[in-house]
Amino acid sequence: MEQTSHFLIPEGWVNLAYVLASILFISGLKGLTHPRTAVRGNLTSAWGMLLAVLVTLLANGLAFQWILLGAVIGGLIGLLAATRVQMTQMPEMVAIFNGFGGGASVLVAGAALIIAHRSGHADVQTTVSTGLSGLIGAVTFTGSLIAFGKLAEKLPGGSIGFPGMKAFNALLGLAALACVGWMAVDTAATLPYWIIVALAAVLGVTLTIPIGGADMPVVISLLNSYSGLAAAATGFVLMNNVLIIAGSLVGASGIILTQIMCKAMNRSLSNVLFAKLGPSADGPSADDVYGGKVKATSPEEVAMLFDTAQRVLVVPGYGLAVAQAQHTVRDMANILESRGITVEYGIHPVAGRMPGHMNVLLAEADVPYEKLKEMDEINPEMEQIDVCMVIGANDVVNPVARTDPSSPIAGMPIIDVDKARTVVVVKRSLSPGFAGIPNPLFAADNCLMMFGDGKKALQELVGALKEG
Amino acid sequence: MDALVAAITVFVLAVYIGFEIITKVPPTLHTPLMSGSNAISGITLIGAVISTRSDNEMLATVLAVAAVAFATINVVGGYMVTHRMLDMFKGKR
Repeated sequence: MEQTSHFLIPEGWVNLAYVLASILFISGLKGLTHPRTAVRGNLTSAWGMLLAVLVTLLANGLAFQWILLGAVIGGLIGLLAATRVQMTQMPEMVAIFNGFGGGASVLVAGAALIIAHRSGHADVQTTVSTGLSGLIGAVTFTGSLIAFGKLAEKLPGGSIGFPGMKAFNALLGLAALACVGWMAVDTAATLPYWIIVALAAVLGVTLTIPIGGADMPVVISLLNSYSGLAAAATGFVLMNNVLIIAGSLVGASGIILTQIMCKAMNRSLSNVLFAKLGPSADGPSADDVYGGKVKATSPEEVAMLFDTAQRVLVVPGYGLAVAQAQHTVRDMANILESRGITVEYGIHPVAGRMPGHMNVLLAEADVPYEKLKEMDEINPEMEQIDVCMVIGANDVVNPVARTDPSSPIAGMPIIDVDKARTVVVVKRSLSPGFAGIPNPLFAADNCLMMFGDGKKALQELVGALKEG
Repeated sequence: MDALVAAITVFVLAVYIGFEIITKVPPTLHTPLMSGSNAISGITLIGAVISTRSDNEMLATVLAVAAVAFATINVVGGYMVTHRMLDMFKGKR
């Protein structure tokens, strides 16, 4: 597009600055490959953004009063969100930010189309990229709003749908793509763009609303990827390399996280997105599994267990986040460590509601990251664990995944807590997890149930440890 | 057409670099990775800035200003919250 090429300095310099900004983004992401270099990496990336924006402000004919207005509004909201959000709310925050990214792409593509039409520069490549940018961006925007609503519990978390929803979604998608075709044929038309945005906005809702609960890490990763792809598509509209590069980096990141999450549930992406996970009709009932075999315990009893323990493993789940129990866990670990007991943490990739959710909570409670063990790292050592504390986790420690091929979670890699010498499960009740199936771990010989709210139960345990 | 091919080349190479780097990010940093990529996808801010032209018609201006606001939320909020989180990972040592 011709009108983007008028800058106060030669355009070659602008493009060189964009290359430099891209390099800063890439090396910033590289910094995230280790906790020690991560803070610097994030700052590097932020410098890249500052450079890219400053250079862009040298374009001729900008309406600075409008830029300032938008930047002040957005900056204030961003500042408030970033400083006020609690670590337990990070999934919601990332979800809504995915949406803003998609929304921004829709708006930029729309504005660019209007500008291109007025100056008569709308070629096929511009209109098609605009259409795709609107399509991906709008799906990301409304899909992320739904994901946000579910994660913030403003919407029902379970599956919502209607018969024929898949066919409806397919029709919406095809209709939107047909409108992209329309834009390719009639490059002077603006109407199809807004039809695409409207169709995609509905599609974002209907694609996301059936997915809930423990599948959220996949959805949020996928929407993260879409927000990047929408930005890259906008880069094709404006023929701007830094948009294309930054957008593709985010797109790639989201796709990798999506793959990791799917692998950690032993399910394909299409299975997560389109199939309904439910208890198999022929599976054993809760009464069969638990009847008379569940042993309840008290904080005092658990405190005594630690008297002879040398190695303790904490396995957290979403319940830890709900109960905000991360600091109490740390208090418990402090007491145990002061007695010479080794305390480690076993983190399942899909524990919580987004990738890395548990790690952030434990980092907030000052747990050193070296003590956080990945599933594959800790499983071979499980027999040497004296006491395993399962806090608010259920499906990710359900041994049925290994033993029953007909179970809905069959083949899902789990943390083998049942192989520890003693397992203590901190949980409100025997209610099933997201997969809706009973967990034979709770009835195992080496398992004790400490019923109650995660935080309160652990506080009592800390109290008992201090007395003992 | 040449410009489009060049743009596609850039796109493919960037996706490839993205794959290479992101697979090396440890699971413990996956949440900061996501909020950090929120910030990077705020790069749309550049497109938004270019679209706020003084000779724009009203609709384009409204769209562009809203785009600047959305993208700035991502840039400011994304980098700041990522910084806040990563600071915790540094620990006390």
